[in-house]
Amino acid sequence: MSWIPPLLVAIPLLTSAVTAGLDHVTPRPVQHAVVIAASAATTSLAFVLLRHAESHEVVHWFGGWAPRRGLALGIDFAVGPLAAGMCAVIGLVVTLALIYSLTFMRASPRLFDALMLVALGAMCGFAMSGDLFNLFVWLELMGAAAYALTGFQVERLGPVQGAVNFAITNSLGGYLFAIGIALIYARTGSLNLAQIGNTLSHGPAGGLVIVAMTLLLCGFLIKGAVVPFHLWAADAYAVAPAPVCAVLGGVMTDIGLIGGARLYWTVFDAPFGQGHAVGDVLLWLGMVTAVLAGTMAFLQRHLKRMLAYSVVCHIGIMLAGIGLLNSAGLAGAELMFLGHALLTAGLFFVAGILHADHGVVDELHLRGRGRGCWATAAVWFAATFGLVGTPYVGIYLGHGSIDDGASELGRGWVLPLLWLGSALAGGALLRAGARIFLGWGDSDDSLLGKAMEEDPLERDVQRPLLVAVAVTAVVLGLAVSVVPGLGQRAEYAAVRFEDRSGYAARVLRDHPFAATPRLPVAIRHTSLESLLYGASATILALGLALAGLYRRRLPRAVSVVARRALAAPIHLLREVHSGVVGDYVTWVAVGTAFVGGTFALLLHG
Amino acid sequence: MSYLPYAVAAWICLVGIAGIATSKNLIHLAICLTVTQSSSYVLLLSVGYVRHGKAPIFLGTKLGTTAVDPVVQALTLTDIVVSVAVIALILALALDAHRLSGTVDPDHIVDISG
Repeated sequence: MSWIPPLLVAIPLLTSAVTAGLDHVTPRPVQHAVVIAASAATTSLAFVLLRHAESHEVVHWFGGWAPRRGLALGIDFAVGPLAAGMCAVIGLVVTLALIYSLTFMRASPRLFDALMLVALGAMCGFAMSGDLFNLFVWLELMGAAAYALTGFQVERLGPVQGAVNFAITNSLGGYLFAIGIALIYARTGSLNLAQIGNTLSHGPAGGLVIVAMTLLLCGFLIKGAVVPFHLWAADAYAVAPAPVCAVLGGVMTDIGLIGGARLYWTVFDAPFGQGHAVGDVLLWLGMVTAVLAGTMAFLQRHLKRMLAYSVVCHIGIMLAGIGLLNSAGLAGAELMFLGHALLTAGLFFVAGILHADHGVVDELHLRGRGRGCWATAAVWFAATFGLVGTPYVGIYLGHGSIDDGASELGRGWVLPLLWLGSALAGGALLRAGARIFLGWGDSDDSLLGKAMEEDPLERDVQRPLLVAVAVTAVVLGLAVSVVPGLGQRAEYAAVRFEDRSGYAARVLRDHPFAATPRLPVAIRHTSLESLLYGASATILALGLALAGLYRRRLPRAVSVVARRALAAPIHLLREVHSGVVGDYVTWVAVGTAFVGGTFALLLHG
Repeated sequence: MSYLPYAVAAWICLVGIAGIATSKNLIHLAICLTVTQSSSYVLLLSVGYVRHGKAPIFLGTKLGTTAVDPVVQALTLTDIVVSVAVIALILALALDAHRLSGTVDPDHIVDISG
């Protein structure tokens, strides 16, 4: 089955090239049909691949350059269940986004479809690559497609700002990554992940490897929008067209994190696997990200910007799961990725529908204007509860699994912070939903800052189609927590992902796979603690939403105290998110230095 | 082994980042980005350099001839190709920024913040 992985990249990229090249002669409907068919075919193949990856390590060596005596010269795709599952989710979200943009992006230039396919191919390649330099190439390719898609509708300054900030910070991340590759290559003489890991497992690591790890991980953290590298995300997602946001926010940000996890588990586990220092740095970054971005989400009135911060908040939770460095934590991150991708895509789709209906996506301007749109309202609220992690809905299972991982490691204090983050982001989304669809709350709120103007949007959208796509995404996303057997399979995928020497043996020496365990088909149980946290996060989110809606009716004493305590930090937070790319780059430099310094202190000597 | 190329690479990288952080002009900024990136070329080439090594063209050479590492050269070329697309895109966006706001100062194209 080793012929499938290259197809996941070749189908979208070739179709993209052909549709772009024959752009002027193909009738529009034919082009759309071909593009959607290519995306759907990629998705289906990814599901087939997933089935095979459960019992094999599907390795494809390009040009037949297989390793000899455990020495890799060629370039490979190495696919386990995690990578295959990611490709399937990526394909699903991109296909939904393409169907959504059939009428949503009707007036757009035709290259839109081609760019979406490039992003799809690049993301699949990134997910499957077993070669360090190829990871960089796919990273840059998906970046280039994403920058172009973000700045697609440049009628106003916002998209230009968003795309510029996105392109510059992420390119810088790519260059840091390239420098890291050079250092690793200098040290090990190899670019194959498995072989680098093998080489580094002999002898002490030294300062060079720490510097290289810092640069490589920070490159991914920039892509993954982790605090303090997250500043570009809100600018970019606020201005990109809704289907593009669904792809960027739903899958592209998240796979940056999974890339980081892959790097750790194939390479850096070898020299640094004894201690927990690397994991702890990631864990702390994740917790700070979750709480900070949750707070920022609560301070937004622009729906897509709010959603962007909500994405960053969940990225933080997933990073914390990865940082636990155990299989329960990583399985939780996977399950969250799955639910989060679909639910976030659904929410961006709803934001797009509101934009098409009313020409704005501003919470306060839209107050009460969504009354009577029951389908969209239901989708919005359902997806929001799914993202909070209400017991047995949406991301709950993933979050519960991360809880298990944290308890297993004796880091129980992680849980309240992570749940606080998702309650804050969920509270913001609930508040917006109640204001827009129910007309609740005050019509003005100084806490939420100033309004941003919107590009007008073409009005002749096929509304039922848009709603159907949003419903599909959200229903699939909500079901993640209750699909029997999914939790166990995610955990199995995580165990395989974290088995460095096993991976290396399978990739480099073609070792056969030990028999796959029979996995039960049952809903995975979560701890009582997670159940309680999930329920209290839901209640907290509802409370926060109500407090946000009726801030003026809070008792005087409470609001005075709250203002005194929170006004200064909120002001500071807003100042930091300045929208100026120079500031963002400074934060990247500071963040990289901080991460590197911490690694050096914890790992050296 | 000389440490000079590595010091030069680090210097170029830091100067480039400082340039991006303080830039008042998007085109200048794009150039700073290429400066940062060229540090990785210097680094890659110095990693692969072998004293008295020949160019890595093996047709007709004796087995065992010392040659510089061809892999890093391939990486450098790929790196250049990949980044050209990104730089072109940023320059196109700079044009758009100028068309829409009459300026290419990143401080003045802020439409949304906070």
